[in-house]
Amino acid sequence: MSDPSVTQDLIHGGEGPAASVVSASNKPRSLWQDTWDILKRRKIFWISLTMLVLFLLMAAFPSLFTGKNPDYATLAKSMEPPSGEAWFGYDLQGRDVFARTIYGARTSIIVGVLATLLTVVLGGIAGVLAAYYARWVDSVLSRVGEIFLGVPYVLGAIIILGTIAPAQSSPDRATIMAVVIVVLAVLGWPILMRIARSSVIQAKHQDYVQAARALGAGPFRIIFKHLLPNSLAPILVYATITIGSYIGAEATLSLLGIGLREPVISWGIAIADHTSYIRTGAHAMLFPAAFLSLCVLTFVMLGEAVRDALDPKLR
Amino acid sequence: MAPAEPILQVRDLVKHFPLTQGIVFKRQIGAIKAVDGVSFDLHRGETLGVVGESGCGKSTLAKVMMALERPTSGSVVVDGKDITKAKGSELKRMRRNIQMVMQDPYTSLNPRMTVGDIIGEPFEIHSEVVPKAGRRKRVQELLDVVGLNPDHINRYPHQFSGGQRQRIGIARGLALQPEIIICDEPVSALDVSIQAQVMNLLDRLQKEFNLAYIFIAHDLSVVRHISDRVAVMYLGKIVELGGDSQIYDRPSHPYTQALLSAVPVPNPEGREARQRIILQGDPPSPANPPSGCRFRTRCWKAQDICAKEEPLLQIRPGTDHLSACHFAEARDVVHTQS
Amino acid sequence: MVEVLSEPTGRGSYSGALLEVENLQVEFHTRQGVAKAVNGVTYSVNPGETLAVLGESGSGKSVTAQTIMGILDMPPGKITGGEIRFRGVDILKLSEEQRRRIRGEGISMVFQDALSALNPVFPVGWQIAEMFRIHRGASRSDAKKKAVELMDRVRIPGAKDRVNDFPHQFSGGMRQRIMIAMAIALDPEILIADEPTTALDVTVQAQIMGLLADLQRDSNMGLILITHDLGVVADVADKIAVMYGGRIVETAPVHDLYANPAHPYTRGLLESIPRVDLKGQELYAIKGMPPNLLEMPSGCAFHPRCPYRREDCATAIPPLYPISGNRGSACHYWREVVDGSR
Repeated sequence: MSDPSVTQDLIHGGEGPAASVVSASNKPRSLWQDTWDILKRRKIFWISLTMLVLFLLMAAFPSLFTGKNPDYATLAKSMEPPSGEAWFGYDLQGRDVFARTIYGARTSIIVGVLATLLTVVLGGIAGVLAAYYARWVDSVLSRVGEIFLGVPYVLGAIIILGTIAPAQSSPDRATIMAVVIVVLAVLGWPILMRIARSSVIQAKHQDYVQAARALGAGPFRIIFKHLLPNSLAPILVYATITIGSYIGAEATLSLLGIGLREPVISWGIAIADHTSYIRTGAHAMLFPAAFLSLCVLTFVMLGEAVRDALDPKLR
Repeated sequence: MAPAEPILQVRDLVKHFPLTQGIVFKRQIGAIKAVDGVSFDLHRGETLGVVGESGCGKSTLAKVMMALERPTSGSVVVDGKDITKAKGSELKRMRRNIQMVMQDPYTSLNPRMTVGDIIGEPFEIHSEVVPKAGRRKRVQELLDVVGLNPDHINRYPHQFSGGQRQRIGIARGLALQPEIIICDEPVSALDVSIQAQVMNLLDRLQKEFNLAYIFIAHDLSVVRHISDRVAVMYLGKIVELGGDSQIYDRPSHPYTQALLSAVPVPNPEGREARQRIILQGDPPSPANPPSGCRFRTRCWKAQDICAKEEPLLQIRPGTDHLSACHFAEARDVVHTQS
Repeated sequence: MVEVLSEPTGRGSYSGALLEVENLQVEFHTRQGVAKAVNGVTYSVNPGETLAVLGESGSGKSVTAQTIMGILDMPPGKITGGEIRFRGVDILKLSEEQRRRIRGEGISMVFQDALSALNPVFPVGWQIAEMFRIHRGASRSDAKKKAVELMDRVRIPGAKDRVNDFPHQFSGGMRQRIMIAMAIALDPEILIADEPTTALDVTVQAQIMGLLADLQRDSNMGLILITHDLGVVADVADKIAVMYGGRIVETAPVHDLYANPAHPYTRGLLESIPRVDLKGQELYAIKGMPPNLLEMPSGCAFHPRCPYRREDCATAIPPLYPISGNRGSACHYWREVVDGSR
């Protein structure tokens, strides 16, 4: 027992780095960093991230991809097929389909992201409140959520949009986008509330929350320091996937004639305008449809990559 | 060993959890009597062990004493004030004096916070204790006190082993310099070779800071090692209370005797000769405890009076400490060749 | 029936040890690397004998048992060497069909967590009876009658009335009895009990250990008791194998081990546990913590925590040195340990 390092070990409990840390254990590592390390090694993550960056560039700087004006119409060129001059051909009004597809990305992504943000805010607040205060708050919020969930999505959208913005009306760009975003979020928040609620309830029963209460922490600190950071993962995953499905939903509503409409440029509108011409000029519909599918796929893939990385079972 | 004023007094503490039926219109159809009339004192610098099997109410007792649950009735007086009635800033101030160490080192630390944030959280909540500038240094001192490397302040809990995490939990409990620490099964989740390290640490801290412990555990050997006095619980009540050698060498309640004789002794010599009291069956449900003495349904001494009259926790003829049995009688069951 | 039992579980003819594990090696392939969970384990059990395998989490004690039972998850597990001989036959070389026959009739197992080991959607009697229907082709009513008999044998009160109850309707101790009933249903020659009482209260633990001892006496089974509890071991074991870091570090008859341990780890464990019959002073604490299987220390796995260590402990892996008769210690300096000098 004369070895100085031995006595030192005894004083300090002598426990070296923990079993779970294999190497480089001298640096502090948060769970988010671990998640990043796992993500980094996944091909699907890099593929979806590259596609995401492309779509975001398209949305932010469409002029990088095309020099043409998406609104410039030459009726004489109506439904001309793809050529060297117009890669995706011309649509019914004689507008460049490639330009319109590029410019359509902005609308789709704005609608998808904003509707998702609103969903997360609404659903997240409701879920945290329901889980934290339980009892009657939980009962009321859960029942209200169930009522919204009970309405079929498309039916609900038709009723609300049909009332606020009927098919024959022509609201301006910002208004119709705002209306569609709100409708998507209003119909979608209960699912997010359920996810937030169950993951906050799970976190709430952990001993560290009891320990914080025993120290005298108030509800604000418990919710923001302890509950939210530990229930964020499933919300994040669901939100990423939701962006994709909202982009698809927006297109569906446009197709039905109750969602976005001219003068807004969007993939959904392009598809809706050309469904009757699928035999004579499929290009006008297929290219926007392909971009739409790719964009939805990008967000779904990204969401799944993040979920895999966060899944503790794979650790 | 008898200081004037106890720092913690528990009196007639009762905690019933209502059993309800129905979703919208809830009706109470009964109650789980988790803690049902518990009284004891805790003195400065001593350790009171609380032993009992699962469902005896010992963890609920800890939660009520920590004011994490409101009791159905009764009081927990800390430094002259009843913590169960305290609210708001008064409760917050009282919490500085009574802290806890939890059982599971894996769920008791927030995985998203660094060790520095975890141990420093008490100072953020009670910002008057240590000025902001001195907090980091104080956290490092605490890490050193519990035998961890102060340089690891920025690490996360998952980078530590179970034993080390338990030390972090202890450091958090010590941060506000409480006089009382409630330890709820602090070593039962740890490997055998790590348990001794943590128990020695608790021992050392007690001497260093003159702490009073309430040490709750199901492991009777661990409780004996660390406790000055021991309370034995069965179905929400204390059935026997005394000094450690009174309980372990001269137990007088049949339940204590059965419990002690069931503990395997790590010494094979004379194992054939050892007399075992093997209890029949399982403890009854705390929702519907037996009348009179709660242990009578499993007791070999039970007579008519046990069903009719509840035995009080008092010193009985021929014994030297509190026992809740009509037929209390000291009997050494631990030492072989009894 | 005779045919079913003749090979390879045929009883009587073989004269060696009933079950012999020899130099068993099991690895786990994980994302972080290869973990040698079992690294050359050798032990044997005879009829009527109780072998206690003592170790902490990660020592490899449960993996060894799972390998014997043939229930190891492969992958990630992989048996890389050694033999497991049951009545002289290496069961690792048998077909899955032949192994299935040994499981239950030759060797069976009781787990720590009885609730998750029982199927929640079937009555317990049905689950016990299934053993007879599958292995013995018994009729429904015969099998049920046998189930009630077994529930009586493991002392479940009112067995006849409870045979149709579901697992959640029983207490933890009663569920463990049901598990034991299933394990002994086909009269196995070896029963492996993996931490059978860890999840139970001490009074219930005493009941279960008493039951196991009685069953063993009646049927002359060999019992392998896997546990971390030195008290339980002292109560029931005939001989002990202490495991650490995937290896056996000490083997000894029970009295010798407690009276005079020959490995620093065993000695440390015995000195570090508080005792109900003694009020001790400060406990001896083994410093450090159990090794990470992915980063095993070089040489003797215990050397970083060992008060007896010398330089060569970090380089030379100690073999299991024979001490006397049936004792062995995997410590270069076992003589000093036995002498008790530190």
